[in-house]
Amino acid sequence: MSTATLPFDSELLERFTELKAPLTPQAAVIEANRCLNCFDAPCTAACPTHIDVPGFIKRIASGNLRGSANRILDANILGGSCSRACPVEVLCEGACVMHRYNRDPIQIALLQRHAMDAFHAAHFDVLTAPPATLDLKVACIGAGPASLACAAEVVRRGAHATIIERRLLPGGLNTYGVAEYKLRAAESLREVDMIRRMGVEFRFGAGIESAEELIALESEFDYIFLGVGLGAMQRLNIPGEEQKGVINALELIADYKTGHIREISGTAVVVGAGNTAIDAANAARRLGAETVYLLYRREESDIAAFDFEYEHAKQEGVQFLWRRQPVAIRTEQNGRLLLDTVQVQQMDGALLPVPDSEFTIVCDLVVPAIGQSPLTQLIQDSRRIDVRGGRIVADPITGQTRNPRYFAGGDCVNGGREVVDAVADGKRSALAMIAASEVQYA
Amino acid sequence: MPDIRVRGFAGGINSPNPFWLASAPPTNCGEQIMRAFDAGWGGAVWKTIGEPVTNVCSRYSSTDWQGQRMMGFNNIELISDRSVEINLREMAEVKKCYPHHAIVASLMVESTREAWHDIVVRAEDAGADGLELNFGCPHGMSERGMGSAVGQVPEYTQMITEWVKEKARTPVLVKLTPNISDIRTVARAARRGGADGLSAINTINSITGIDLDTLTPRPDVDGKSSHGGYCGPAVKPIALAMVQQIMSDPEAALPLSGIGGIGSWSDAAEFILLGAGTVQVCTAAMHYGYRIVEDMAEGLENWMRSKHFATLEEFRGLSLPHVTEWKHLNLNYKIVAHIDEQKCIGCDLCHIACWDGAHQCIHMDRVTGPVNGHVELHPTPAMIEARSRRSITSTPVTRKERALVAESHGPYPTPLSRIPRVDETECVGCNLCALVCPVDECITMVRVDNGLAAETWEQRTRGATCPEMSMMPDSNRHFDHSAEKRD
Repeated sequence: MSTATLPFDSELLERFTELKAPLTPQAAVIEANRCLNCFDAPCTAACPTHIDVPGFIKRIASGNLRGSANRILDANILGGSCSRACPVEVLCEGACVMHRYNRDPIQIALLQRHAMDAFHAAHFDVLTAPPATLDLKVACIGAGPASLACAAEVVRRGAHATIIERRLLPGGLNTYGVAEYKLRAAESLREVDMIRRMGVEFRFGAGIESAEELIALESEFDYIFLGVGLGAMQRLNIPGEEQKGVINALELIADYKTGHIREISGTAVVVGAGNTAIDAANAARRLGAETVYLLYRREESDIAAFDFEYEHAKQEGVQFLWRRQPVAIRTEQNGRLLLDTVQVQQMDGALLPVPDSEFTIVCDLVVPAIGQSPLTQLIQDSRRIDVRGGRIVADPITGQTRNPRYFAGGDCVNGGREVVDAVADGKRSALAMIAASEVQYA
Repeated sequence: MPDIRVRGFAGGINSPNPFWLASAPPTNCGEQIMRAFDAGWGGAVWKTIGEPVTNVCSRYSSTDWQGQRMMGFNNIELISDRSVEINLREMAEVKKCYPHHAIVASLMVESTREAWHDIVVRAEDAGADGLELNFGCPHGMSERGMGSAVGQVPEYTQMITEWVKEKARTPVLVKLTPNISDIRTVARAARRGGADGLSAINTINSITGIDLDTLTPRPDVDGKSSHGGYCGPAVKPIALAMVQQIMSDPEAALPLSGIGGIGSWSDAAEFILLGAGTVQVCTAAMHYGYRIVEDMAEGLENWMRSKHFATLEEFRGLSLPHVTEWKHLNLNYKIVAHIDEQKCIGCDLCHIACWDGAHQCIHMDRVTGPVNGHVELHPTPAMIEARSRRSITSTPVTRKERALVAESHGPYPTPLSRIPRVDETECVGCNLCALVCPVDECITMVRVDNGLAAETWEQRTRGATCPEMSMMPDSNRHFDHSAEKRD
C-alpha cells in the first residue's frame, strides 16, 4: 500500500518559512572542510543514535554525497528529520570541540540535511538484506519515530516488519507534532515513504484497543514493539476548559500542519513553558495572532524549554507572563474568552496564590501545553508489561519489557524526549529482537 | 628603517625592493608593468620575448585543497604572443618612465648563435637592465628545441650562455628548470658559460587533475590536455630545496633570483635566508593582483626591524649553514611531545595520528590510569571507539540533565577523558602530533636531557667512510641466500 500525502499548501509554506536555510553545495563543502575529523568524535558520542558525524562530513567534503547519506542512514534511518528537528545545540553541535577553540561549532545539522536532501532528491533507496534472510516477524504499534526506526532496522537485516497506526498518516509526531518551520509534514512523509520502499508494511486506521487484538498480534508476529508515544495532553482542570476556543498545543500544531487551522486572529494564551508550548506560541504568532502570551507558574529560570527555543519565541514576539496561573475560562458576551489568572509565589515548595493579584486576560484562544498524560492502562493491565509512573518499563539496552515478546521505546518509555532518542530506542530494540531470535534458533 | 633596496644584483641590477614579477602573464605588456611598478613592485621580468606564438584556450588549471583555491597552479601558455618589436618598444617606454625599477628581458629564441646575438642586442638597446635566458619552460616550447629542452642538457645550457655572453653588456641570468634529477649540474654549466646569475626554479611538469565526468585532464583543450608547468604555494618546499642545493654548491652558486610559490614576505625571507638576492612572484599576483606587494614589502621591513637587520645582505644566506647532510645531525638530541592540558580542545587527532601514523605512544588513559610502555599494553583506537559507540546517550531535556552535562568537566576546559597523554618513555620525538594539532602551542616538543654528548652518524661510524659500503657484506649474504634457495 502507499502512504497518504498532504496537499501542497503554499500559504503554510509562506507563514512557516524555515528557520535555517539549507546550505548551497559550495557552502556545504566549505563547512565540511572546517570539521577537524576528531578521533572518537564527541559529536558522535553525544548523538543518541551515534551517527558517525566526521565520517559523513568528510564524505560531503570529498563529493561522495551518496556515501555520506548512507553513513547517516546506517546509524539513523530518520537522519533527514533529525537534521531538522534535533536540538543540536544540546547534542552533537553542543559537543563540538570547536567551542573550546573559540570558534562556531560545525553546522552538523545543516550538513546532515544537505546529504539527506541530496539522497531524497535523487530518489535513492536504502540497501537492505534480501527479504526473509531472517525468519522473524515484528509488529510495531504506532507509526512514530521509534516504530519506524525499529521496523526499518528489522527489514534492513532481512526480516519482516509491519507498522500498525491508528491515524491516517504515518510519522507520529514527526508528521503531526514538530513545528513546521523546522520539519515540514511533507518531509516526514517523504522519509516514511523511503522506509516503506525498504519493505516495511503499514496498516493504517487500525488502533489496538483491546487485549484480544494484542493476543491476535502475538499469534501473527514473533515480537511486538510498542512505540505508542504518550497519551493526550494534560488538562488544565479548571472551569470552562471544555468550550470552543480552548485547544491543546499538540492538537493546534497537528491541525495547522494538516491544514485544518489556517489562521488565528486576536489574542492567544499558551499555558506552560516547555518546548511544545513554545512551538504552539510561535505557531499562533505565525498564523496571525496579534498578541500571544505565554503563561507560566514559575520563574523564567525554571522553564523546561531549551534556551534557544526561548530566545526564538522572544524573537517571534511572544510575551511571557511569569508566576501566573489560570484559574477559570469564561466567555464574554461577544464570544471572546476571558481567562482568569492569578499571581502565585513559591512557599515551602508549594505555589500559593498572591492575594489581590487576580487578572483577567481577554483573548480568543487558550492553548494548554502542560505535558502529555501517561498512556492508557491497556498494556499494563493485559500483557504482563510493567508500567511505572505512566511509562513502560523496558531494559535500556534492549528495550525488552517484562514480557519477553514485547519491546518498547520512544516517548512511552522515556516520558517524552526527542525524535533522535526514539530512533535510538527503536534501533536498539530491533537489534535485540534479531539477537534474541538468533539465539532461539541456534 | 630597514633598507630593502637591491644594489648591484648579479653585477649591476638595482631595484627599490627585492620583489620582482616573474616572466609570466602579469608582465605581458608595458601597461601592466607600469601599473605593477605603481603598486610597489621593484622589478619585472618581461614575459619571454621571442618569435611570437599562438596560444590555445583554455590554458590554466589549479589544485584546490579542502576548499582553498589555487594551492597549486598549472599553465600550458607559451611565451609572448606579441611581436618582438612591440614588446621592445613598450620596454623602452617603461624604462624611460621608471628608470629606477629593474626591467629584465626574458628571452627565448631558436638555438643558433645568430638568433641569440640578435635578440640580446635588441633587448639591451630597448633598455633592459638585465637578461634572463628562459631555459626552463617545460611545455610546448621544449617540443620545438627551446625552453627546458635546453635547460635539461648542461652542454646546451653552457653553449647558449656563452653565445649570449659574447654580446651582452648587462647581467645575464639563466633560469633553471627543476625537471631534472640534479639541478646543480645545469647551474654549474650556466656558471661555466659565464652567467652572472641564476633564476630558480621554473615550473614543474604537471597534470593537476582529471575531470571525472569527461575523463580529460585539466586544462581541457577541446577534449585533450597537455603537460603543464606547476607553480604556486604547493611548489615552495621544492623550490627552497633546490635553491639551497645550488647556493651550497661552490661550483654552482651565483647571485640568485628565487622563484617558486612566493606569496608573502615570509616566503621571500626564507628564499633570501637561503641565499637569494631577489625574489620573483607570479601565481600570487595572478590570484590576488599586484596589490599583494604592499604587505610583502612592509612585512619584510617589519620582520627585519624585529631582527635588527638593516639591509637584505645582512641576513642573506644565514640559513645555509643550518642545512647539512643527514650524517652530520646529532643522534643524541632527544625531544618528547608535551600536551598543554589547558589548551587541548579534545579533538584527539594526536592520538590517532600517533597510533596509525607514528609510534603508538599517545594514549587516552588519563582517567583509567596512565600506563607507560609498549603498544601491547594499551587499548587500540578501535577498542576506544567501540566503547563509546556502545554507550547509551540521551538528549538532556530537563534543566537538571543539562546542568549535569555542563558540570561533567574536570579541572581543564576539556573533559579529562578526552585529553590525550604522551608516554615519554616511548615517544621518539617525531613532531607528528604537534603538526596535526589544530591549536597553536598546545603540543610542544620539549628537550630531554639524556646526559649524552652530541654524536653524529659520521662520528659513530668513523672509519667506515660510507654507510652503504659498511653494509655490503650483509647484502652479499642476501644474494647468497637467494642463490641457495634457487638450488
